[in-house]
Amino acid sequence: MDLARYHRLRSAYYRLEGQRCTSCQAVQFPARTTCRICRARTLEPHRLSGRGTVYSHAEVGPAPRGFASPYLVALVQLEEGLLLTAQLTDVDPEDVMIGLPVEMVTRRIQEHGAQGYLVYGYKFRPILPRRKAS
Amino acid sequence: MRDAFIVGVGQTPVGEHWDRGLRELGAEAVRAALDDAGFETAGALYVGNMLGGCVNGQENVATLVADAAGLLPVEALKIEAACASGGAAVRAAALAVAAGACDVAVAAGVEKMTDGAPDGIIAGLATAADQDYEASHGMSFVALSALLMRRYMHETGAPREAFAPFAVVAHANAATNGNAMFREPISAEQFGRSALVASPIGIFDAAPVCDGAAAVVVCSQEALRAHHKPVRIAAASVATDTIALAARSDVLTLSAAAVSAQKAYAAAGRGPKDMDLFEAHDAFTIITALSLEACGFAKRGEALRLAAEGCIAPGGCIPISTFGGLKARGHPVGASGAYQIVEAALQLRGEGGENQVKGARRALAQSVGGHGSVAVTHILEA
Ligand SMILES: [Zn+2]
Repeated sequence: MDLARYHRLRSAYYRLEGQRCTSCQAVQFPARTTCRICRARTLEPHRLSGRGTVYSHAEVGPAPRGFASPYLVALVQLEEGLLLTAQLTDVDPEDVMIGLPVEMVTRRIQEHGAQGYLVYGYKFRPILPRRKAS
Repeated sequence: MRDAFIVGVGQTPVGEHWDRGLRELGAEAVRAALDDAGFETAGALYVGNMLGGCVNGQENVATLVADAAGLLPVEALKIEAACASGGAAVRAAALAVAAGACDVAVAAGVEKMTDGAPDGIIAGLATAADQDYEASHGMSFVALSALLMRRYMHETGAPREAFAPFAVVAHANAATNGNAMFREPISAEQFGRSALVASPIGIFDAAPVCDGAAAVVVCSQEALRAHHKPVRIAAASVATDTIALAARSDVLTLSAAAVSAQKAYAAAGRGPKDMDLFEAHDAFTIITALSLEACGFAKRGEALRLAAEGCIAPGGCIPISTFGGLKARGHPVGASGAYQIVEAALQLRGEGGENQVKGARRALAQSVGGHGSVAVTHILEA
């Protein structure tokens, strides 16, 4: 990914920033000039929860240039209801199933950009059990 | 708007053409279509092509083909709509004739995939997806189809094997098509045993990487000649959906395909029951299933039952992919839409040979690009 493009995508890639429509309250990702539901232009930045469940998943066999297979990809349904496409990480393929609770983490997305820098962004992993405060 | 008629068809065999590039393939199909129509040249040339820039390092493909086919200084433009490019080129030619801009227009589709290394082709195909939010995260075209297929299986409870009829029918139809890439029939058992590419997608679910070109000559009523067997373009329509799969309200509804089909049915004054055959965009078996549902041949989630009942086979209620489809004739991506129109026109001319659908009067052809982000639907009438 070219550096200017990576820079442009940083709020979406680092913070899952989409938009909320102040007219119909719909949340959308990525940002657009109009609300996808009601076409209003009254949109404000809105950070997504980053928590959801696996809606569908697949293991990538032959990978496109710049990626090393095998790795897992998924449609994730966020708590807000909308879907997101992302890689899954920190999980064995046989443990992935539709409905698995997952959360966003920041990970390396592309390992060898043409200019040698690394591209970071969101991936999703199974929600870790939280230790109760004693 | 005037009526537009298909009066010439041409195609190269689909396969690995190591000794021919974009220019030779494109020119061969265009010349064959003009010869079939009995015309020396045309007023416009529209060329569907998807990967020329990123795989062949060649943009301006329409000029390249016009030059190679001896059509200069014809108006020539490349039309790009991902895997629906060939269908979109036919729509452009139909519009040019219908609007009166010219009396004879040629629409072609050409793709030369085998020049690219496999990872370059996978990356090239992924450019039809959302580069920022799909391709840059490592999604391949096959992986996006796998996401759809797994969800479809989850919601319908269908096993992988239930998709077998689409591949079996396509291969059986291709066996008698001299231009098809795969002319070996396969069995449902072979489908079930086949290697997985991206689970649940196996090799027999997916169309092959290949080269090819196809073309049709479109003309006005005034330009028709006595020797023509005109096939009327009763409808040609395009619709779009979100570029990213994830942004759709229901990923298992190909809304662009459904909307373009509804527009086509309305323009032709016809419905699904009036169609004698359906050239479907069977790039993946899951896309075939979703296309059948989008075009009104089956309700949501019921396409596999239609297939199991034999409806899609020759002699069934809606035969599909009658010359092997993308799956077995082959899927030179930007050319496939043009192949569909060539094949549908041959059916309506009664020149289908061993693949002839008896008494075919009306055909539906649909090209789907980018996992349903763009769809082109044609209705042709004898
Ligand atoms: Zn809104």
